[in-house]
Amino acid sequence: MNLNTLTLVEAIKKIRSKEISLADLYADVQSIIAKDNPALNIYLTLDNEALGKAEKQIKSPLSGIPIAVKDNFCTFGMKTTASSNVLKDFVPSFDATVVSRLKNAGGVVIGKTNMDAWAHGSSTETSDFGTTKNPRNPGHLPGGSSGGSAAAVAGDMCIGAIGSETAGSIRQPAAWCGVVGLKPTYGRVSRVGVAAMASSTDSPGPLGKTVEDSAILLNSIAGNDPYDGTTSSLPVPDFTKSMKNGVKGMRIGLCYIDHPQIKNTPVAEAVKEAALVFQTLGAIVEPIAITDSLKDGYIFNPEYAIAVYTIVQRSEVSSNLAGYNGVRYDYGRSQFGAEAKRRIMLGTFTLSKGYADKYYVKAQKVRSLYRQNFKQLFSTFDLLISPTSPGFAPKLGASADNPMFGELEDMLLEPSSISGLPGINVPCYRDDKTNLFLGLNIVADLWQEEKMIQAAYAFEQNTKWNTWTKSR
Amino acid sequence: MKYTPIIGMEIHVELATLSKLFCGCKNDPFNAPEPNRYTCPTCLAMPGGLPVTNKKAVEWTIRLGLALGCEIPLFSQFDRKHYFYPDLPKGYQISQYDHPLCKNGLVRIPSGDVRINRVHLEEDAGKLLHQAVDGKNVTLIDFNRSGVPLVEIVTEPDIHSGDQAKAFLKKLHQIIRYLDISGADMEKGTMRLEPNISLIQTSKFKSQNFQLPEYKVEVKNINSFNFVKRAIEYEVKRQSELLDKGETPEQETRGYVEATSSTVSQRKKGNSNDYRYFPDPDIPPMKWEKEYIANLKSLIPELPDAKIERFQKEYGLSQSDCEQLTESKDRALYFENCVKLTKSEKEFSNILPKIISNMLINRSIDIQSIEPRTFLASIKKEKADNSVDSTLIEKTITAVISANPKAVIDYKAGKTPVLMFLVGQVKKELKGKGEAKMIENELLMQLS
Repeated sequence: MNLNTLTLVEAIKKIRSKEISLADLYADVQSIIAKDNPALNIYLTLDNEALGKAEKQIKSPLSGIPIAVKDNFCTFGMKTTASSNVLKDFVPSFDATVVSRLKNAGGVVIGKTNMDAWAHGSSTETSDFGTTKNPRNPGHLPGGSSGGSAAAVAGDMCIGAIGSETAGSIRQPAAWCGVVGLKPTYGRVSRVGVAAMASSTDSPGPLGKTVEDSAILLNSIAGNDPYDGTTSSLPVPDFTKSMKNGVKGMRIGLCYIDHPQIKNTPVAEAVKEAALVFQTLGAIVEPIAITDSLKDGYIFNPEYAIAVYTIVQRSEVSSNLAGYNGVRYDYGRSQFGAEAKRRIMLGTFTLSKGYADKYYVKAQKVRSLYRQNFKQLFSTFDLLISPTSPGFAPKLGASADNPMFGELEDMLLEPSSISGLPGINVPCYRDDKTNLFLGLNIVADLWQEEKMIQAAYAFEQNTKWNTWTKSR
Repeated sequence: MKYTPIIGMEIHVELATLSKLFCGCKNDPFNAPEPNRYTCPTCLAMPGGLPVTNKKAVEWTIRLGLALGCEIPLFSQFDRKHYFYPDLPKGYQISQYDHPLCKNGLVRIPSGDVRINRVHLEEDAGKLLHQAVDGKNVTLIDFNRSGVPLVEIVTEPDIHSGDQAKAFLKKLHQIIRYLDISGADMEKGTMRLEPNISLIQTSKFKSQNFQLPEYKVEVKNINSFNFVKRAIEYEVKRQSELLDKGETPEQETRGYVEATSSTVSQRKKGNSNDYRYFPDPDIPPMKWEKEYIANLKSLIPELPDAKIERFQKEYGLSQSDCEQLTESKDRALYFENCVKLTKSEKEFSNILPKIISNMLINRSIDIQSIEPRTFLASIKKEKADNSVDSTLIEKTITAVISANPKAVIDYKAGKTPVLMFLVGQVKKELKGKGEAKMIENELLMQLS
């Protein structure tokens, strides 16, 4: 057995019991990276001294296991580019809070993963350093923006990974790569040291081989950060504690499968199957119909969220990228790629005098309607489930001529993201011919990650879609 | 006067908090040992550097607002103000737009009250240094000042002369110093003054609901009250001349030139800039409880106006003496400490507040180094030493006058400095005793 295929839970257990050594684990991980990375383009930077660092961490909770980190997280002394030429030689003088927490818990950053430049995209095709290929089927996209992190997990080129999500950037690549991706509540995990995309929705989170792996990683990175005023001071639970409690009696709302673009597609069927699984396990599942206006018991049409999200996100992007003026990073604004330029232009427009009321202010108002809608739904339901993405990972090149590619792909995730809600993707279907996956999105109310982890774990244990738990 | 100046002021004051507004870096750019020493990912705008608001800076701004008679809205927030400039690392300044911390205040001054439009809090930018390095002219950036808390005070256009502007600024400066929130030192740039000046026909100005002039000339970053006064006077003259010719002065930003006491055009403002303000998503908005504001209000020390009134009542001093005594909080406190000692210590019991006040005002007493007790002891000694029989003084003066006929002739011919010579002669005869002022008065009487 190749040790790189171990889950995080297994790896830690075997290291602690001395069944395997860190040296053996790193040897296997590094050899698969050496073999596959040139073709798949998952890692942009690798730490060749990772094993030495790991050995000092063997007694920590994460026992020195190798973690892949998305390249928009600052890593002390290690290049951090956000996959943009603007930062192509940038070496931070500090660790992002998530990275330092990971290190404190005994994780080791084995390398930095490719992404859409500045996290602008859902395919990694906007990366200035080439597209990442999906390890499940290299003719297809891995999704994005955390495509490199999802691919690193799927390709067993790490034991666990860190990504960040603004609206779908963790869950959608997780769905396409057939891994678990967890987007925490906005404010649960610190944004310090993460190159900002859309500040009001950016949420760092884990990608893992299993639900339990992801919950353990979330344990090590979550919690108030005095250097991020938007992090919550709520106490952080142990996310694995209630994980195995099952879904009996839980009220689950089934969303978006009657949307015209979803109806009768494989993903609609897969999610309906998932609903049956939950029902069999004792949950009460009820479909929720889509509405164009705020109405009790209905879910607000996800299509409006595309406009809201696009305006809010582009506005914040135009502002967040204003500081890359060439004074401090050697490369100036001319180095921005086409997608970043498009977003800067659009965001500058939507914030301009005379237009801000029409776009930015209005978008914020509609955003609050989504919040109200979810608040009301969560008074009835414990969880909401939906497809993570409308379909399988498309072929390489799919995003090239479609500037709204990501927004359409993430349509189903945007309503909950702009509302700050947590969500988790678990694989819920695998196509035998293509080896491509579909994902189930489980969303909980603000600060209720435990509930969704509980349901995701139950689903994973009672279905055959997780390639790690089922291959044993 | 044909035209009436319509003047508003924008004043920037750096707060003297220990750390910067949104990070823990030391707030002391003026004394930094080297450029870029007091910096971090936040004030350098490195990827992922986030702002966390300095509570003290917010509280001090609210205290200033309260001291200027402002309302404190129970909701306030920070906004991003976008513009590109090399000293602005984020490409935007964190400032406040439509929800400032304080609004609608009033500052009372004898030459006309000045309404305060708003007092808000923002961050300062870095500093550009244009200099030669290895023979090449380059621009260097020092970010030590980046993120230093900066309060902006904006007045309504209630100022109508250079003198009124100066009086207002002195009062504002005094209040800031009383609150102990800033050195407000114009030399160091911790207080920066920008008047905006336009003229209106006096006849129109006198009518109710007059319209403000269509143009406005802003004079930037002046660092002394007198320069503000002179800049206003220069602008009033310049603009009057243009208006007399039937022209409308241009809407523009001008700079003050110290050497010639004039202003020069710096930047024409066609239409106003679009800063693309929006609420900073990194900083949760601020919401206050009424009790919290009331508590901040209770922490405000007695301000100059109240002190002047109390000193007049309590110590029977003149308005002008009280104004001088309360010029700084330290001086007022020193005075009151002395008065307290005269009540508690028998040996000083016959030193009246009026005497302490006179001595403090007329002599430059270094209140930092001389203890009140020592000061009182010296007053007591002087009193004892100086007690000279008044008839002796009169006699001595008569003798000095007759012994110096030439000096007397000179004095009567208008050479007034001779008087000091005669006072000196009398003092000499009296072996240094006697109060100079009293001798001078007696001399004047005898000479007339």
